[in-house]
Amino acid sequence: MYEKDGEKYFVIDGHVHYWSAGPNNRNKYGKMFIDCFYGYHSSLSPEEYLWDEEKFAEYSEETMMHDLFEIGYVDKAIFQPTYLLDFFPDGFNTTAQDAVLAEKYPDKFILNSSFEPRLGETGLANFEEKHKKYGFKGVKLYTAEWHEDSKGWKLNDYWSKRYLEKCQELGVKNIHVHKGPTIRPLNKDAFNVDDVDHVASEFTDLNFIVEHVGLPRLEDFCWIAVQEPNVYGGLAVAMPFIYSRPRYFAQIIGELLYWLDEDRILFSSDYAIWQPKWLVEMFVDFQIPEDLQGEYGTLTPDIKRKILGLNAARLYDIEVPSEVPQEEPVMAGSEAEYPERPL
Amino acid sequence: MITEGAVLDALSGVRDPELDEPITDLKFVSDLRVGEGAVDVKLRLPTPFCAPNFAYLMAHDAREALLSVPGVREARVILEDHHTADEINAGMASGMGFGGTFNSFEETEGDSLDELRTIFRRKGFVSRQEKLCRALLADDYSPAELAGMRLGEVPRSETKEKYLGRREELGLGVSADAPFLVDPDGRKLPEDAVMQHLRFARVTRLSIEANAGFCRGVLAARYRDVPDVIEEEATL
Repeated sequence: MYEKDGEKYFVIDGHVHYWSAGPNNRNKYGKMFIDCFYGYHSSLSPEEYLWDEEKFAEYSEETMMHDLFEIGYVDKAIFQPTYLLDFFPDGFNTTAQDAVLAEKYPDKFILNSSFEPRLGETGLANFEEKHKKYGFKGVKLYTAEWHEDSKGWKLNDYWSKRYLEKCQELGVKNIHVHKGPTIRPLNKDAFNVDDVDHVASEFTDLNFIVEHVGLPRLEDFCWIAVQEPNVYGGLAVAMPFIYSRPRYFAQIIGELLYWLDEDRILFSSDYAIWQPKWLVEMFVDFQIPEDLQGEYGTLTPDIKRKILGLNAARLYDIEVPSEVPQEEPVMAGSEAEYPERPL
Repeated sequence: MITEGAVLDALSGVRDPELDEPITDLKFVSDLRVGEGAVDVKLRLPTPFCAPNFAYLMAHDAREALLSVPGVREARVILEDHHTADEINAGMASGMGFGGTFNSFEETEGDSLDELRTIFRRKGFVSRQEKLCRALLADDYSPAELAGMRLGEVPRSETKEKYLGRREELGLGVSADAPFLVDPDGRKLPEDAVMQHLRFARVTRLSIEANAGFCRGVLAARYRDVPDVIEEEATL
């Protein structure tokens, strides 16, 4: 819980990792991968929150518990697994790895899992087993991941849809989608979010949370979210702009509020790339610059409360303490009011 | 005699397709050596996992640009510190093309990156157009006036020059009597659609510019450069 100026904020960090990327668990691609994350960390963090590379590759349970819950104001954190077994022999951040902490601190963590559609029928049975064991309500999908000869897949592929049907059946209703650089060359745009559009309109009782709000394809993401009320935006990667590029941050938030609404945006730190303490503090203090307020309006404590925790609480059926004011969802915006897509 | 200035000038015509900025401004050119009839250029990127398709396009375009400089008979482009550096460098040295360069990768479909290039040229066009329109609106042109303007009536500016360049790449007319406000397919925008069109176009520009800022920061952190001051930030 975070309190400032008499306002209380219930904080759910929608995207955290407990990864293992030390020298004993990585090949040369794994090294490049963690270097890439370190670049994000070191270029967008305030100096006092910078780690050295060694700590960044492998941090302890104590460090994580401290950063999130002791000083970071986080009430609940959602584990989003990233397997990357081709880079990290034991996995980068698997459900099993996360489960160790989630079981130890059941009131702190929400454990999400993942599925691999390219495993076909066998994988489907395993997924069901895994669900029986962990009982998760969400999955994180990484469509650019390698698997044998394949270097990526789409959400609307045949097998992916079979898995999404299984999610419906099991009550796994939150589908987090990472859109990111393909690991290998594709003469297509690997950030493309069009496949989200297809499955969101087909699986209307599932929620699709696009991580990184589709960045760097924000416009494509906004376009999809306008049309599909079950599409959400996760703020991982966009959040740290609040420190180094506050005007861009203001505009990203302003556009999201315009195209989606305040009920479909989720706070996340992407820990350990960034730490929730400074993100929460800066976000609560943040305001849209005056010259942009004419177009974007202002961020009220109620809007901030929704983004910081209430929206995720709704998706994951998390009880919010009664002392935290809860505004009704506005569910603003409908397709007809928005312009035609120019691209 | 090949001059460094002429070489840099040629390289400044090469853009990161995704960020819509010259590779020279983005500091992607890390080394440049001019010899007798030959030029050697090294390129670097913000992360080892930057998309290989864009990396290939920049290396390819850089090589073409170097070969267009009078006196250059041989141009060697080396991409450094990237997970597909070996493939791209071998591909550059032997002129194998995209399909040949990445023929060991299953997911490469065909030889052509034209479609990808076109997607980003359209985005770049929309983004530059939006920037120019915002400037005109700030100068008290009305949306209706924008819809009725011809290119020759748009006052000269650097922003206009860039916009004309993007138009040309898409094969859209750049003559003085061509309509100013058209969509990426060259269709004239109706008066009542102008503001809505710009509303969406702004998100495209924000996306490109925010991404460029992100990439600059990550590159500077990677190579411990002093980060750039981003001038565009205040213009949106």
